[in-house]
Amino acid sequence: MKRDMVLRVVAKLLIPFILLFAIYVQFHGDFGPGGGFQAGVILAAAMVFYAMIYGLDNARRVLPDWLVESMLAAGVLLYLGVGFAGLLLGGNFLDYFVLDRDPVAGQHRGVFWIELGVAITVCGVMLKIFYLFAARGQDEA
Amino acid sequence: METLIVNTLLSLMVVAVVVLARTRNLFAVIVLFGLYSFLMATVMVALDAVDVAMTEAAVGAGISTVLMLGALHLCRSEEAKPAHKPWLPLAVTAATGLVLVYGTLELPAFSDPAAPIHTHVAPRYLEDGPRETGIPNVVTAVLASYRGFDTLGETTVVFTAGAGIIALLRRRRRNSRDGT
Repeated sequence: MKRDMVLRVVAKLLIPFILLFAIYVQFHGDFGPGGGFQAGVILAAAMVFYAMIYGLDNARRVLPDWLVESMLAAGVLLYLGVGFAGLLLGGNFLDYFVLDRDPVAGQHRGVFWIELGVAITVCGVMLKIFYLFAARGQDEA
Repeated sequence: METLIVNTLLSLMVVAVVVLARTRNLFAVIVLFGLYSFLMATVMVALDAVDVAMTEAAVGAGISTVLMLGALHLCRSEEAKPAHKPWLPLAVTAATGLVLVYGTLELPAFSDPAAPIHTHVAPRYLEDGPRETGIPNVVTAVLASYRGFDTLGETTVVFTAGAGIIALLRRRRRNSRDGT
């Protein structure tokens, strides 16, 4: 599909909007439908789309393997970090009320970071699986 | 009206499953899987579960279709003829299905307001959630705040699945390289 002009142009037009939608789903998840998991998947879908049109090598140049693999663990660690931040500030594990002077603002802060952690892990896992599958196809073709 | 829409979508899903089971061409099977996921996502929208619908559309219809196409690229596109007669698996499946249906007979009716699930913690989340967490979307409030520990577990499961797949596919690739 690399030489198909129509697909390349359409992809170039669509991908920014997919990325924007993923960011919207991520940060608007408190108010509308969505959240970390959905945003992570949409973000990964945008990258998969890019890889399908422009080739796996180009996608790997944008998001290299080491970065994707670090994302896998970084999300969980960020989530755990929020939990331990609650402990250090004198609350329970994953207690968001102590994260800010105002308990409701603390809740917002906690939810923001854990949703980010979920998004990073989910996006990393989806992309890594896709990279592995696509790379196997390339090796044997 | 809503019941009509949901029932139509569910019957379309049954049609999709029957066609799926009868199709031998794996490319068509993957397309039908995507269709099934989109129907499921639409059912979720009709049932006002937009968060789940979004996940189903993105994961079920989007990413997993691509992953299955990637897997199809590695194998033949026609399903092999089954080596065994289907009667024993069919009997086991039918028996399991009957047991499950029997199990649902005791459940409260669909969307019954007096069901335990609607009288236990759900009203508390709905009433106190916006005040306690300041998050208007109650799904996010429950998922990220009240049930934050569960979501941590889920994220760990996703991470473990990814790590497992990395371990499996990487070793496989190195082995095949050693073999050639």
